Amino acid sequence: MKHILSALVLNKPGVLAHVAGMFAARAFNIDSLAVGRTDDPSLSRITIVVIGDDRVVEQVRKQLAKIVAVVKVQDFIGQDVVARDLMLIGVTCVPEKRPEMMALIEMFNGKVVDIAQKYVMVEIAGPESKIEAFIDTCRPYGIKSMVRTGTVAMARRARSKTEL
Amino acid sequence: MSQSLTNAQSATVHKPGSQVMVDMLLEHNVDTMFGYLGGVVLPFFDKLYDAPINFIIPRHEQGGCHMADAYARATGKVGVVVATSGPGATNLTTGLATAMMDSTPLVAISGQVRTDLIGNDAFQEADTTGITRPITKHNVIVKNPNELAQAFREAFYIAQTGRPGPVLIDVPVDMQIAQCPIPPKEKIELPGFRVRHQGHARQIGTAVKAINEAKRPVLYVGGGVIISGAGQALRDFAKKANIPVTMTLMALGAYDQTRPESLDMLGMHGSAYANYAVQNCDLLISVGARFDDRVTGALTNFAPHARVVHIDLDPSSISKNVNVDIPVVGDARQVLEAMANEVEYRPRKDWFEQIASWKARHPFQYDRQTDVIKPQSVIEELHRQTGGEALICTGVGQHQMWAAQFYKYHRPRQFITSGGLGTMGFGLPAAIGAKLACPDQTVIDIDGDSSFNMTLTELSTAVMYELPIKVCLLNNGFMGMVRQWQELFYGRRYSKSSLKNPDFARLAEAFGAVGISVHKKEQVPAAIEQMLSETRPVVADFHVDPEENVWPMVPAGKSLHEMDGLDIFEMA
Ligand SMILES: Cc1ncc(C[n+]2csc(CCOP(=O)(O)OP(=O)(O)O)c2C)c(N)n1
Repeated sequence: MKHILSALVLNKPGVLAHVAGMFAARAFNIDSLAVGRTDDPSLSRITIVVIGDDRVVEQVRKQLAKIVAVVKVQDFIGQDVVARDLMLIGVTCVPEKRPEMMALIEMFNGKVVDIAQKYVMVEIAGPESKIEAFIDTCRPYGIKSMVRTGTVAMARRARSKTEL
Repeated sequence: MSQSLTNAQSATVHKPGSQVMVDMLLEHNVDTMFGYLGGVVLPFFDKLYDAPINFIIPRHEQGGCHMADAYARATGKVGVVVATSGPGATNLTTGLATAMMDSTPLVAISGQVRTDLIGNDAFQEADTTGITRPITKHNVIVKNPNELAQAFREAFYIAQTGRPGPVLIDVPVDMQIAQCPIPPKEKIELPGFRVRHQGHARQIGTAVKAINEAKRPVLYVGGGVIISGAGQALRDFAKKANIPVTMTLMALGAYDQTRPESLDMLGMHGSAYANYAVQNCDLLISVGARFDDRVTGALTNFAPHARVVHIDLDPSSISKNVNVDIPVVGDARQVLEAMANEVEYRPRKDWFEQIASWKARHPFQYDRQTDVIKPQSVIEELHRQTGGEALICTGVGQHQMWAAQFYKYHRPRQFITSGGLGTMGFGLPAAIGAKLACPDQTVIDIDGDSSFNMTLTELSTAVMYELPIKVCLLNNGFMGMVRQWQELFYGRRYSKSSLKNPDFARLAEAFGAVGISVHKKEQVPAAIEQMLSETRPVVADFHVDPEENVWPMVPAGKSLHEMDGLDIFEMA
């Protein structure tokens, strides 16, 4: 089962190495990892996607929480979350194929960010499944290169009674 | 600059970093520490020249780290060790990992090259925080003079708060020279570092109910009981609830082994009666233990009839190896005390009778008739002559297991051994650290010849500081434990498991210690008597049966009750 863990950590040198090292040392597999600043300059957020049964992931969560520089860990499993990946993908695209390509990009809510004679670079964001689907769609054209961030995620606010 | 800022700054004392380091040690009541010199710690050592700290120089940083570790284990205080950058720091690593695995509170200080040289492969530069990150509870490099004092305060706090462990502070030499502020001491607030001492009341209630209902309960206690000072609470609880107690290697001494409710050690080389009790119990109450593979045997069939209560300060210990039915996160002492208030006495006559019969049928045994010196007999004689009062340290191997089986401990912190990491060479430096901590106690290192060989250079330290520790060497001429496995599982092919040893008694004399060589069974009592009466450090080299084995034994992958070696003496 895929779990998205979100860890708030102190923004200090060595913390990312500590977290990544702990995963390696305890033989936990990381599917993706994304790090960035938060609104509080003293804190960063690490979003980690792990695949494992509940017991393994519970161990991961506890071991993360044990690291002194880790302030808080959340497992989003079972929650209503918004999870997004960002991808840049360079695809072969001869001029004749452009209209077709543009239509696809539009369908996926993507954006052309670079273009050359036989090439487009597309920026696309969304849930992982959408990213995967777009990659599959591009494959027949020829993928030149691609780069993806790891998943970032945030839980939706529980709707209060008055909102319903 | 505004007036108020200037005032605030002048109110804070500034001193050279090296002096701040010494001040911080004194602020945390450090009166004894261990360490070794080097270029980038010279400013610090210069300030130590006048400091009221008993400073012990080992012969190798690993030894110093083990000494600090044992000092901490013997007292419950934080052990302190210092080493220079590069090779000094890398020499600490075995000691740090040892302390980490056994949860010892330690503050290790390493020197580092100047901050402007870091990353340049400077002379004696090593990425010490990188190297030690997985083997410390926490580590930090100080690159800003304003953070030096706080780094020390946090290190002492983290080392001893919650589940203890080693903390390393890497201090570049320029930080030791720079003027560093000592801000007034405030309560330490670390976001995300929270420890739950009191168990959850509802969980405690659920545990107590299960305990009251249990017909065949067993207390399985680990090193956490000793760390939390729960020895008395354990005794009170076990007595009130009327439950037998088995201990891990790390917990020996937590419960008085001379009492009939003591099941002694469990696990791979534990007692048959402890292992049978665990396999037959209907409730296993684990306190400050972590279900190590040397304890559980085959996990799938561990305590198969039992519900499991697990009391531990470290949430990550719970349900790590076995599924726990009733987890209680909290400090062993506080939880045991809370449970003792609520628990009810049950006679459990059948259960105690069953246990008594296992105990009668399967005591720890060996062949007492032969003419050779049996290692177990040396320990029994040692126990007799010390009245069971000595503080025992060990190396790692067969002798360590025999020291656990044949010496009966009755108080916490009486047995100091490397359980988690299994570090050969721990025994002698540990004895030195323990003797410094407990000068009035008889401190004995029960050691193996191969383990002793690894750190015996510290004999010189014992002599220099006139520490009358006693090394009781069970010399079988083999890496005995390895040889036993080769005998049992590799068709007796003793591949590379024996060494040519020096004459340890003469070597001891060369160090300025007393050396005793013992070859004959009938010499053992007199040799031990002499060893105990010497006022100098002494090495008593007992030439024991080279191929004696540790029994019983649960072979790897087998369940706890599937012990080999129980009927060896009946067959003979
Ligand atoms: C530093 C280190 N290296 C290797 C081992 C593996 N090992 C475990 S026990 C043992 C043999 C110990 O021999 P000795 O100290 O003579 O004790 P004995 O088993 O003979 O009592 C070895 C090599 C270890 N535990 N520690």
